[in-house]
Amino acid sequence: MTSKAIQSLLIANRGEIACRIIRTAKQMGIRTIAVYSEPDATGLHVQLADEAIALGGASSADSYLVIDKIINAAKTSGADAIHPGFGFLSENAAFAEALAQANIIFVGPGIEAINVMGDKIESKKLAQTAGVNTVPGHPDALVDADEAHAIAGNIGYPVMLKASAGGGGKGMRIAWNENEVRDNFISAQNEARSAFGDDRVFVEKYIERPRHIEIQVLADESGNCVYLGERECSIQRRHQKVVEEAPSPFLDEATRQKMGEQAVALAKAVNYRSAGTVEFIVDKNRNFYFLEMNTRLQVEHPVTECITGYDLVEQMIHVAEGRPLPMQQHDVTLTGWSIETRVYAEDPDRQFMPSIGRLTHYLPPVAGTDKHGVTTRVDTGVFEGGDISMYYDPMIAKLVTHAPTRDEAIVAMQTALDAYVIRGVKHNIPFLSALVSHDAFQKGDLTTAFIDEHYPEGFNSESNQNDRQLSLALLLAATAQRTLDEQSAQISGQITSQITGQITGQISGQITGHGAGHANNHSTGRPPQHTNVSAYVDREAFAVTFHKATQWSIGDARHTLTVEWTPGQRLVTGDFNNEPFVAQIDRDGLHWQITHGGSVITVLILDSHVAPYFDLMPVKVAPDMSRYLLSPMPGLLIRVSVDVGDTVEAGQELAVVEAMKMENVLVAARAGVVSQVPRTAGDNLAVDDIIVEFEAT
Amino acid sequence: MSSIHDQLHEKRAAALAGGGAKRIDAQHAKGKLTARERLDILFDPGSFREWDMFVEHDCHDFGMQDNRIPGDGVVTGYGTVNGRLVFAFSQDFTVLGGSLSAAHARKICKLMDRAMQNGAPLIGINDSGGARIQEGVNSLAGYADVFQKNVLASGVIPQISMIMGPCAGGAVYSPAMTDFIFMVKDTSYMFVTGPDVVKTVTHEDVTQEELGGAVTHTTRSSVADLAFENDVEALLNLRRFIDFMPLSNQQKPPSMPCHDPVNRQEPSLNTLVPDNPNLPYDIKELIVKVVDTGDFFEIQTNHAANIVVGFARMGGETVGIVANQPMVLAGCLDIASSKKAARFVRYCDAFSIPIITFVDVPGFLPGTSQEYGGIIKHGAKLLFAYGEATVPKLTVITRKAYGGAYDVMASKHLRGDINYAWPSAEIAVMGPKGAVEIIFRADRDDSERIDARTEEYREKFANPFIAGARGFIDDVITPAETRSHLCRDLNMLKNKQLSNPWKKHDNIPL
Repeated sequence: MTSKAIQSLLIANRGEIACRIIRTAKQMGIRTIAVYSEPDATGLHVQLADEAIALGGASSADSYLVIDKIINAAKTSGADAIHPGFGFLSENAAFAEALAQANIIFVGPGIEAINVMGDKIESKKLAQTAGVNTVPGHPDALVDADEAHAIAGNIGYPVMLKASAGGGGKGMRIAWNENEVRDNFISAQNEARSAFGDDRVFVEKYIERPRHIEIQVLADESGNCVYLGERECSIQRRHQKVVEEAPSPFLDEATRQKMGEQAVALAKAVNYRSAGTVEFIVDKNRNFYFLEMNTRLQVEHPVTECITGYDLVEQMIHVAEGRPLPMQQHDVTLTGWSIETRVYAEDPDRQFMPSIGRLTHYLPPVAGTDKHGVTTRVDTGVFEGGDISMYYDPMIAKLVTHAPTRDEAIVAMQTALDAYVIRGVKHNIPFLSALVSHDAFQKGDLTTAFIDEHYPEGFNSESNQNDRQLSLALLLAATAQRTLDEQSAQISGQITSQITGQITGQISGQITGHGAGHANNHSTGRPPQHTNVSAYVDREAFAVTFHKATQWSIGDARHTLTVEWTPGQRLVTGDFNNEPFVAQIDRDGLHWQITHGGSVITVLILDSHVAPYFDLMPVKVAPDMSRYLLSPMPGLLIRVSVDVGDTVEAGQELAVVEAMKMENVLVAARAGVVSQVPRTAGDNLAVDDIIVEFEAT
Repeated sequence: MSSIHDQLHEKRAAALAGGGAKRIDAQHAKGKLTARERLDILFDPGSFREWDMFVEHDCHDFGMQDNRIPGDGVVTGYGTVNGRLVFAFSQDFTVLGGSLSAAHARKICKLMDRAMQNGAPLIGINDSGGARIQEGVNSLAGYADVFQKNVLASGVIPQISMIMGPCAGGAVYSPAMTDFIFMVKDTSYMFVTGPDVVKTVTHEDVTQEELGGAVTHTTRSSVADLAFENDVEALLNLRRFIDFMPLSNQQKPPSMPCHDPVNRQEPSLNTLVPDNPNLPYDIKELIVKVVDTGDFFEIQTNHAANIVVGFARMGGETVGIVANQPMVLAGCLDIASSKKAARFVRYCDAFSIPIITFVDVPGFLPGTSQEYGGIIKHGAKLLFAYGEATVPKLTVITRKAYGGAYDVMASKHLRGDINYAWPSAEIAVMGPKGAVEIIFRADRDDSERIDARTEEYREKFANPFIAGARGFIDDVITPAETRSHLCRDLNMLKNKQLSNPWKKHDNIPL
């Protein structure tokens, strides 16, 4: 191919990755063209691109996956190249071929590479030929459940069943013993068929306590291929990466080099060009085995960009233009540490069920680099007032930090998560916050089973609280209440002080005289310099005292809090006990909700003379809903697995609800006897609809 | 002299002790506070001045002559709420069950006269077993005296009733005539006749809570405006509520310092209304994003939720908000929502509170239950209320404004001061499909032609421009700019002068 500068680039994708590609293309002076489905008509990528072409259709299958529509859009808009992003058509050889026919540049690898690497068996064979370590397994697609059973027996349990066309965790199942292998084969096959239209499933050895570490490679037309260090993506939930970082806290330089060299060898074996990722599974002895090669940009590519300084999208475009890579392997250096968390619209307190709807409030953390060389980067695909649609992956953004050291990168990530304002849909920020604050994470003690190991009962944001969070929440609530009370004390129409001369209270004893000059009249509206209030979290009371300026105490413990807040303000920053913090304050009538460190703490601030009365108020117990299986999300009831009168054990499957094209198995939280099943398969469910009722115990 | 001092001390002590430690404990055990504890929460600390502590009943029958407690079961006086004058009575259930004697009623009447003369709100904290039966007709006379004063005070000073215990029989009618009723869940109830009588007369089995509890009255009957979890939260919310209220009909509504920029833009509102006209959206998001600091005090939250009403501030000054809620019954007007909004609009008008109306109304709810229930007269209440209101009236049509409901919802034709439309507004007699099916009745079975005509109708009428051409709307505004426009207009309307023709009173279709 001769060198040809790309003038205009169509991005065959949506959401944050489309926005991210548009950003680089614009910097390179390339005209950008977005495509969009019906639900995405007002999407951020449509707003950012120079031009946008409607594809029609709502589901991916009717829009972003239709090759003809994409090519027509490219022709209509005069695009001379297409960047596929990730997902959708990014690893579809037919698409690359169709582009070649249409004389449109595909910003990605050659067709052969896509074909070979898209095939789990072929890629593994090639890897073996190229001298790359591979995991023991069976080379051919499984014929049926019986064969799965037989072959799995030969390899030895546990085994992994995975869809040939799979990726992103879909169509993957682990079987720990021969009882599970048949069922899991069938469900992997079903999921593969519905997700990819290809139901071939393979089996291989499942490596326990593994770490997922991958090598970014970059290759040009002339055969120059470099590796850009590794990324560790061990923290996964249902095989979906949640937290990624570069470099890996686990690799030594020797292993890094070995892995890098094998990755390059593999890439060269398929005449690879463009950016690609060779995924390895690494055991505790730093033995590594080839998993697969992704012939596209990865979601987590920003961490590599951060530590190498290369813009991978820019490099991909250059390579697509036929230009040589600007670097040789010895030019590649790794600087600092970078962490990425994937912010999803899903409810961590409800088994991460997808949450769809309108982003009523959306304010991502401020991106940029501070004076300590700490960078915050937000690759977002949504905006305030936009929708999280049921049709696509509910990812909101990739949040990336980069700092000289891992510890600093972690702190920057914690701060950025604290500053991330999302309202209207549930989101996983409490969970991400908990993960990056976890001791094991901070020590770099990771495996792909991290989440199952550390959150065996699932995640509960309420249990994710520590004393600092609580103290900060109490003082922020007290500050907010105090500010609000000061403002209320400046209401117009007040009567003169002789009537209320005895007032000693802090809320409203400030007489300004008939409201004249009430506005901003702090000289007369100033509350006394010593305040006692009671801060309640549920019914537990904490004595909070304001001394002066930044001086507070909770009980006997002294604290300092420097913060500015005005009513209506959600995001607050300041210093708490001389450490900077970021938190969010929401007001709900009398109550304050303080969001910080991944927890939301609801606080009621009462004057000291009111608190004793509140203590007399009865504690009301919410009705016991544990006898009911409630739908955790809106969705379609696929099946109910129990009948009236059945005795179920804890962990037994009760029903399956489909939402966002994912089958979610709902299991019994404890043993019981089914008394009613008010819903049947095929029903559309709203959140909290009762699916199964148990007898009272 | 010293004996007078001693007596004074004794009497005060007796009054303050109420029904005594045992009854106070019983009151607490029920989850209720005493009359004085409630006032302690309501008023600014130390600001309460009590009157008539020494009043005693004058009943000599049935042993009552030996059962006298100074104060006679009700605490009356005044104090301040955030420095502003407020009058209150608080019935003391620990004293003779808070029952209403002639003396008890006289104390309330005296208080009401003071509140009227001095132009300040009256709070009634109700916790009473009912009439003092030993006093017979004297007690009934007492109720009636209070009723009469409630009537005269209506529209002069804000009257707010807190139901914090039993309120049954004749006692319900004083709160019923006040402007707002707040209840406490699980510890308060209101009914004309209790469960026992109901059982005897209609053979219905019903609990006190079901018959007249806070949930019943804030959802089904709409007798009460809000229900709170407990006494403390109820009274603290009352303080918040009072901050929105003018002192009387002679005073402007209060203002507060406002740190929320009046020209704050809200770009997210530009995507609030979905492209598909059949999809709902939450009108409360609009309200919360437009008003100062998102502080919206909604009332009647759980009754007729197809219309939203409540108080907020714009630029620091109180406004009343009325908004159709597309999330519930598509935001249509029906009997319940018309009555709810009409009463709210009349309150705002009586107390000089500007009214902001957000319109997305597909029309009146059809059906026999509505027609038999008298939707014509009830719908007319809202029409009447808007039509007679002389306070500043600002209207924003966000989407549908169809048919008679368009006229009703603070339209230009009802003396709307400023009527805006968002670009998504459709002001028409009805939705395009319905209209076409009538105009082109002959083509009714030809779905293709109907679709084509519908599209034609939609293009012609499903926009704000026809109404704009007639001057029925003053401007088409970008949703993001809604707050800044409304704040400016409220300033322009600050000295609005408009009065209705002299009349003894109007004849609203009750």
